[in-house]
This record gives sequence, C-alpha cells and structure tokens, in this order.
Amino acid sequence: MALTLKINGRERRVEAEPDTPLLWVLRDELDLKGTKFGCGAAFCGACTVHINGTPARSCQIPVSLVSAGEVTTIEGMESDEVGRRVQAAWRKVDVMQCGYCQAGQILAATALLTRTPKPTDEQIDQAMNGNLCRCGTYHRIRTAIKEAAGMSAGDKTGTPS
Amino acid sequence: MSAGSPIDADPTRGISRRSFLSAGAALGGGLFLEAHFSGLAFAQAQAAAPPPPFMPTVQAFVRIAPDGLVTITAKNPEIGQGIRTSLPMLIAEELDAEWASVRVVQADSNPALYGRQYAGGSTATPTNYDPLRRVGAAARAMLIQAAAETWNVPVAECDTVPGMVRHAGSGRTLAYGALATKAATLPARTLESVKLKDPSSFRIVGQPIADVDTDTIIHGRPIFGIDLTLPGMKYAVYEKCPVFAGTCVSANLDEIKALPGVIDAFILEAIGRPEQVLGAPDFGPQGLQSGVAIVADTWWAANKARRSLKAVWNEGPTAAMGTASFDRQAAAMLQAPPAKTLRKDGDVDAALAASARTLDVTYSYPFIAHAPLEPQNCTAHWQNGKLEIWSSTQNPETGRQLTARILDIPPADITIHMLRAGGGFGRRLANDYLLETAAIARRSGVPVKVLWTREDDMRHDLYRPAGYHRFVGGVDAAGKATAWKAHFATFGVGERIAPSADLSPTEYPAGLFANFELGYSLIQFGMPTGSLRAPRSNALAWVMQCFVDEMAHLAGVDPLEFHLSLLGEPRRVMSPDGRPVFDTGRMRNVLTAVAEKAEWGSRTLPPRSGLGIAHWFSHQGYFAQVVEARVEDDGRVQPVKVWCVGDVGSQIINPSGAEKQVQGAVLDGLAQALGQKIVFENGRVTQGNFGDFPLLRMRDAPPVEAHFLRTDNPPTGLGEPSLPPTPPALCNAIFKATGVRVRTLPIDPTLLKKTT
Repeated sequence: MALTLKINGRERRVEAEPDTPLLWVLRDELDLKGTKFGCGAAFCGACTVHINGTPARSCQIPVSLVSAGEVTTIEGMESDEVGRRVQAAWRKVDVMQCGYCQAGQILAATALLTRTPKPTDEQIDQAMNGNLCRCGTYHRIRTAIKEAAGMSAGDKTGTPS
Repeated sequence: MSAGSPIDADPTRGISRRSFLSAGAALGGGLFLEAHFSGLAFAQAQAAAPPPPFMPTVQAFVRIAPDGLVTITAKNPEIGQGIRTSLPMLIAEELDAEWASVRVVQADSNPALYGRQYAGGSTATPTNYDPLRRVGAAARAMLIQAAAETWNVPVAECDTVPGMVRHAGSGRTLAYGALATKAATLPARTLESVKLKDPSSFRIVGQPIADVDTDTIIHGRPIFGIDLTLPGMKYAVYEKCPVFAGTCVSANLDEIKALPGVIDAFILEAIGRPEQVLGAPDFGPQGLQSGVAIVADTWWAANKARRSLKAVWNEGPTAAMGTASFDRQAAAMLQAPPAKTLRKDGDVDAALAASARTLDVTYSYPFIAHAPLEPQNCTAHWQNGKLEIWSSTQNPETGRQLTARILDIPPADITIHMLRAGGGFGRRLANDYLLETAAIARRSGVPVKVLWTREDDMRHDLYRPAGYHRFVGGVDAAGKATAWKAHFATFGVGERIAPSADLSPTEYPAGLFANFELGYSLIQFGMPTGSLRAPRSNALAWVMQCFVDEMAHLAGVDPLEFHLSLLGEPRRVMSPDGRPVFDTGRMRNVLTAVAEKAEWGSRTLPPRSGLGIAHWFSHQGYFAQVVEARVEDDGRVQPVKVWCVGDVGSQIINPSGAEKQVQGAVLDGLAQALGQKIVFENGRVTQGNFGDFPLLRMRDAPPVEAHFLRTDNPPTGLGEPSLPPTPPALCNAIFKATGVRVRTLPIDPTLLKKTT
C-alpha cells in the first residue's frame, strides 16, 4: 500500500506492506540506515526512533500505524537542539566501541534530556535501561549524558523533574 | 624492488635482509610512497610465540595530497576494538602528521599488500606496532629529502614539525602537501635503518584519540556490513535445520515462491561432511550447512515468508544430544581417573596425603553465545564468473579461501570488501554466513544481502564450550600450597578436542606447584564451538582463580598473600620443554597495584558486601582485578565497582581506546557470570533472544577503573586479556559477602539468599 510518512520533518511517500515494521521501511525503502536492527523483539533498543518526541522501538511498530506521527531518526538529530548537544557530548567523551547501538542510545538520551534537562543517575538508568550495549560503553554513555546536560561527571543528583 | 614484487613472508628470515623504500608518481600528483620490508625483527622478548613478521608496502598505507590531506589505510577489520584508529595513529605519529589532517580509509582484504588482516587473539598491536611505525617514518624521510633537495641543503639540517619540514638554519618550512609531488619522484632507499622517534617525543601515540568513525556513527551514516546497499540488490534469509549439521530433505518451495515479494526459494545441499560443517579448530565451519534460501524484494518479505515454510529435515545424530546428558556424563567422568594425562610433576597423591588440609570440589560453566549486536549478514554479487563480497568478517582471507574451496571458485576471482562490524567477540572469525551468502548469490545472479535474525544468530553460533573441572588441592600447616590435581571433562568428536575446548599443559597454575597433575576426558558431542573473546581463558581463569581463592581460605591466608606466595619470586615460569610461559614478576606487580587501588584489606564494607581478587595472563597481557560486590537479601548480585590493573608493555597507543577495551571486557565478564548460558535440548538451542540470554544493562554496570603499568616490554593487545579475571574476582567477592562458593555459572541467586 502507498503511505505518506513524516520523517525528520519531511514528507516521504513509500510503498510497503502495512504490517512491515517502521524499521524496515526506514532502512530498506527510505535508505535511512542509521536505525539499526538488533533483536526484532524490543529487547535491545538499537532500532529506537522518536515518534512525536517519544522514544519508540521501530522494529515493533507496523508502518501502517505510524500514520500522522512525526518520526525522528538518528539522521534527524542534527536538526534537534538537544540532539546536537548529545552528539557533541558523544564525540567529546569518545563513547562508542563498535558503535552499532549508539544511534539508539543517542535517541534515548536525547528524549531523556528533552524531558529532564538535569537527570539524576536513577533517571538516567531508567531512561537508558532498555538500550543494550554489547560492548559495555555504559559508563561513558552516563558521562556523555551529563556532559550534554552541562553537569559534572560526578554529579549524581541532578534536578529531578 | 618494483611495485609488483612479491612480498617475502618467510618468518624465518630476519632483519639482516635488506629492506627498501621506493617512490613513484601518484594519481593527482600526490605522494605515492612504496616500501618493501623484506623482514623485520620484532623485539619479542615475550613468553608467547612471536607473531609472524609483517612486511607492508608503504604505498598501500600513505597518500599525501597537494592540499595536505594525509590518507592512511586501516588494514584490519574493525569490530569495536578501535584498531581503525590505533594503527593509523602509529603511522601518523612517525610521519609527524597533524592528526586533524589525517583521513582513514579501510583496506580491502589483500594479504599481499597488507599482511595478516585479522581481528583475533589480540595480535594486531604486537604484529603491527613496529612495521607501521616504520611505514610512517619512511614517508617522513622521503618528505625531508624532498625538502632538502628543494632548498639545496643537507638532509641532516632538516627536521619536521607537525605537517611540515623545517630547515633548522634558515627557519624555512615547507608543508607536506607542497612536497608530495617531488617526494614521489625520489629513488628507492633502504628502510631497515629508518629512524624511529624516541617514544618520549610521541604526540599522537599515547594521547586519547576519539574513534575515527565517530562522526559517521553519531549521524547515522551507513558504515556497518548490514548498511551496505547495491543497485538492484535483493534480500535473502537462510533457514537451517534447528539441529546442528542437519540437512534439508524437502520444502514447500512452490508455495513459498508464490508469496508476496518473494523472488525465489531453493534448497542448498550441504557441502562437506557433518564434522566439516560443524567446524574445525580456530576458524569455524569448513563446509556449507544445508538449508532453504528465500530471496525477496525486501528483507521483511523474505523473513515473513519463513513463517509459511514447511521444511523436512534430516536432523542427524546431534538430535539425541543435550545439556542434561552432558552434565550427567561429566559427573560420572569426574568420579573416575582422566582418560588422558596432560601433565604430571612430582607426586601429587603423596603430597596430598602429607597435606595439613585438602579440598576436593567440582566446577562447571555453560556454553555461551557471542551475541554481537549486529546479527550476521553479508552481501555478495556473482557476475561474469567473479564473486564480490562485502562483509563485516573478522577474518576475511580465511573466508576467501573457504569460499574458493567449497564453491570451487579460484581465490583470485573473489574480492572481499571489509566493512565495520557491529561487534565481533570472535563470532566473525568463522565465515559460515559469508559462505552461505556466496552460495546464495551465485545461484541468484543478482546482488544479494543475507541477513540473519537474532534467533538465527543465537541458534547457529559457534559457542564458547562448556566445561567441568574437578580439583583436589592441598595446603600445609604453614598455609603454603602443596599440591594441585585437576581433571577436566571437556568436549570433542572422537579423539579430537573441540575448538576452544582444550587446555594447555602449561596453563596456570602449571609450573607453580612441585606436585601437579592434570588430565582430561572427552564428552562426545555434535555442536559447533569457537573462539569467544579470550577463548579458553574466559572460562579457565574462573575455575583456576576461584579454586586458588578457595585454597587461600582453606589455608587461612589472605587471598592476595596466597596469590603472591604461589607466584613466588619474580621469574619466568618455564614449560617442561624449556619455553617461557609467563613472568611471575609482572603478575606480582599488577596484583600488588590493583590491591592498592582497591584498598584491599584496609576498608570496612557493609554487610553482605565483599571484595574479590583474581589475576590472569593471556594474549601476552598481565591483568589483575578486584571486584566489589553486594549481594541483596533475595540473592541478587550487584557488582559495585571493579578495579583493573594491566601490564601490556611500554606503550598504550590510545589511552581512550584502551580504557574502553578494559571497561567493555570487564562488563562482558560480569554479564557472562551473572546470567548467560546456552542450553541444548534434542540437539537444539533453547535460547533465542536477549530475553533468555541477558546482556548487561546500564543499571547493572558498575564503574570500572582501568590502570596500566608501563613496563619495558613490547606493546601487546588489549581486546581480550582484561576479561578473564572478572568472573573469578566477582565470585570470590560473593564468597566474602555471603560465605557461599559459586561453583557453577551462571550465578544462581537462589543459592545466595540471606538465611535467617
């Protein structure tokens, strides 16, 4: 079926079976390869995108249900003020090892900081716990989130909101 | 020597042979350096066998454009170990380039140009450290000569500052870009005497440098194997028998072909005997596993069609095998003497009889999967009798040879492009998925990307083998270790021990006990096993270092003191045939240092918290760790903090990357100990996804302090050796916290509940 999606602020027309998960439409129809396939079952978060600003597992959402939702992917993070700060922090802290999960991590972190500009450690855990990193970059992810939030790495308290 | 000269890879030839540098004009007028090293000696004073010499052509590694852009080739597969950053740093350092002017490009698989291109065994640093520095130094020497000739001054009066040559007397400078064209016309010269920098003057090596692919990845640009797209590319899935090496008898192919989006469906017959399909030591399957390929317009359509697939399988003998039976067989074996003796020193039985105290216990650990986050995938195109492959393999040349042999294609007709891997951990040393893709692409005639699901990945891995160990140890009245008797029940086919399931007669603590006995027995099985990050060591360190901790407590001696006493005086432990195995002095130093960092013995911890210590030598690296763990009343284990001290020689190339490798390996070890196991039933894997094979999550990841002792030893690799001490240090901490010994992995919290 023909669908019109709003991806990273642009309307994109695609032809896809209605049950196709958004992930595969992004990757294979729209050639947006930044969103990753890790488990296909919402365990790992590698496929995280924002739908209307909320993190969502694109491997679990049939494209036909996305409809009018505004989808933001890693390719759209540069147009997001918080997303840009998160990307810069990821660069400064040198977070990644293999890098495969990092698009999902950046999307999750950006959603967190948009909602909670100065998160506590507990809020970071809560927001990031669904995003697996097989290489074990968690410590640097935490540091980078605090860097993007303008907090010191040792600041564990944040400003709960 | 001309550009096309064959490279002499004879490792028996040393530095006495002549090495050459030559130069020729490059496209666009840039510098085009070419050097042939006909043999480089390595300062391999170390215990482990020296890696084979690597003789690069500099032409393949360095290019300088007139605008000053320095392009450096990354030779090895990048799997998250940071090698695409650290090896080019070596070249840039000796070239005296500005790191900001460096662009890194990935080499294709081409051993003639790049030597061994392989991500395994933590070998890239020791094998490339010296040769790649010489590549950079050679390029720098050419640029200096070009400048000296331009200025008509002696070479000796010229030096470099980052990115330019400077004439000391006049203060004149010329940028590398401006010299590139002239340097390219200079004649060949010998290279073995190229002057290397004094490491104290390094300004790139030794600095924390961010991964060169950071910008690509944080912007989501394609870079991984799974991201590759070719014009006209189709997608395929490959359904294999759930029982290892089972074959496909028939399938409802016509029905599948009629499904939406499906282009073709076909059965591939197995190529090779079942044991070849299951795998050989080191490099995995040596044959093609039978299965059903479904090729479709989209991957989703191909994978969805699998739900309608009705395949009839000949499951073969492995269908009768499972973990419960392995456990029973092992328990029976360990009650009897070992089938084979690996080593016998002194008189163990007499020493045990004379010991003040003895302990007789059994340890066991499970099979585990690699589970890299990027599922196995590969893209291939068969065209005009030639095969082109794009893959995130860790081991491209072996993949080429395997594909050539199994599909009967001349190796020269197979091109392999190396793409970044979303994790490796040893899984991609095997090229089973690459071979499948090649076979499907040859049949299809269009570019095909094969992508596995997570379940495919978990159920068709080459597993870290399970193992069962019985130990009998003794200590004397003074608290000294007296004897060690070990029986290892492991896996094999016939007399052959399975890949990564072997145990060296020189493995710790062999050589430290005057009375020592080690033997093994084989459980027959039909599952594929392979290298998982720090193969063998990732399990052996756990059993050995936990049992030594048990002996320390048996002796009533602090575990750190017991370790130091067992290691003894600083010296090289020698094998029975006179080869050095490891250096006790280096290990003593990392142990002492980590104890100091963790304030071992001088901190008071809350109830049900404890510190555990362990050490391990592997991949030429010396590592000691202390884990602080807390055990909740319900038995759940929470690692609180980990301290790690390593000795990998004189130079940490990229401190940022090095810290990441240690932190990652430690968390990997924690995840294994805390929850990972693969269980076989009826020859099948019962796990399928991260719901039943848990990876560590952020909440459970403790801070990890990584420290390095800089010692006067050649630099060695870091991808693996910091993992092995983690599981034993964790379990030793749990003992301190609860008084309960963990002798089976993964840790079972129900055994650690608080008793009132």
